Amino acid sequence: MCDTCGCSTEGGAVLRKPGESDYHVHVTESSHGDSHHHQGDAHDHGHTHEHGHHHHERKSRTIALEQDVLQKNNLLAERNRGYFEARNIYALNFLSSPGSGKTSLLEKIIPALQKNVPVAVIEGDQQTTNDAERIQALGVPVIQINTGSGCHLDALMVNSAVKELELKDNSLLCIENVGNLVCPAMFDLGEALKVVIISVTEGDDKPLKYPTMFHEADICILNKIDLLPYVDFDVRQCRENAMRVNHHLEWFEVSAKTGEGLGVLQEWIENKLKKR
Amino acid sequence: MHEMSIALSIVEAIESKAREEGAGSISGIELVIGKLAGIEPESLKFCFSAAAKGTLAEEALLNIEEPEGVGECGECGRRFPVSFYYAECPDCRSLRVKIVSGEEFLIQSITIEDQEGE
Ligand SMILES: Nc1nc2c(ncn2[C@@H]2O[C@H](COP(=O)(O)OP(=O)(O)OP(=O)(O)O)[C@@H](O)[C@H]2O)c(=O)[nH]1
Ligand SMILES: [Mg+2]
Ligand SMILES: [Zn+2]
Ligand SMILES: [Zn+2]
Ligand SMILES: [Zn+2]
Ligand SMILES: [Zn+2]
Repeated sequence: MCDTCGCSTEGGAVLRKPGESDYHVHVTESSHGDSHHHQGDAHDHGHTHEHGHHHHERKSRTIALEQDVLQKNNLLAERNRGYFEARNIYALNFLSSPGSGKTSLLEKIIPALQKNVPVAVIEGDQQTTNDAERIQALGVPVIQINTGSGCHLDALMVNSAVKELELKDNSLLCIENVGNLVCPAMFDLGEALKVVIISVTEGDDKPLKYPTMFHEADICILNKIDLLPYVDFDVRQCRENAMRVNHHLEWFEVSAKTGEGLGVLQEWIENKLKKR
Repeated sequence: MHEMSIALSIVEAIESKAREEGAGSISGIELVIGKLAGIEPESLKFCFSAAAKGTLAEEALLNIEEPEGVGECGECGRRFPVSFYYAECPDCRSLRVKIVSGEEFLIQSITIEDQEGE
């Protein structure tokens, strides 16, 4: 049972808005993201399973599926993508280990980007609306997805969140995924690009240790370069490691703290927005 | 743990197929999980039994085929086994290697038992 509203939904992701403690929407499948609160019927797995009570000869058949396990997510991600394309919304999916600086980076680049394009943000965390509150302080529309026990965002959560956010045409949508370098890479959300962030305190062999994430990403941002004098981190080696995993990666070196390198990144994003 | 959400989506997909076929239960499942797919088969099996509880797939046996990773060199075209994404061509040392096999993650087939006499 949900502790907040007492509904029968078990677990699953919940949408929240910072500063609106009674806003609380469960992500359910029945509505395909229409997010009707308390639509419990999707959870009604009430079939009974009467195995072998009649002791008849049973006939076995093998049925070919050849279906991608992630097909359902992929199909929904494509629907999100179609929606974004139709409205000319450019969606970026930000991925990193916990604490690499995803929210800090958004806090720094959004005020600059906002001058030219409307921006909205979807925040993914297991718990709390802390990150959404930080983004809301910038004056941009934001919604928090709390995944509960889930360790990544999926296309259904984004589909629901998008319906709750009033997205403008020709806008930029930043999606901050749950801090985790493993599975968020497997779940397409419908984004235009995946952005992976690593920080100099994490070790320059990160791309080799978590190759899937770097393989799937389009952009890699090395953050916290203001700390380079204090840590053993070989930037060239890290970049080389990242390029070995994915030679198409766009590479940036920034500090969300001092602002170093953010101009180049901002310009690159603005160019992408112009060309879309 | 992402293996759990994946196990749940497998159960959902095969149950819906089995119902479509009018099956009484699912007795076997063939999965293909490439060595580079980023899924731990053991962990998935573990999650699967929990995910399948109370469904048509409750007693299904999970059989997992694990194709090896194969890369193809973008420079010289040679094919060779790879165990990571950052493979290097053993001939020309190029890093422009395309993965041609090992990333599969498929539900290949299911074996269903008809609902006779029920
Ligand atoms: N020195 C330094 N600290 C930074 C920089 N960027 C972020 N930090 C600090 O790193 C910590 C984590 O930053 P966040 O922006 O919350 O990281 P996150 O990736 O959003 O974290 P999660 O959402 O929890 O995964 C905070 O204490 C930031 O102040 C940077 O460029 N330099
Ligand atoms: Mg954050
Ligand atoms: Zn609730
Ligand atoms: Zn996950
Ligand atoms: Zn996981
Ligand atoms: Zn070669």
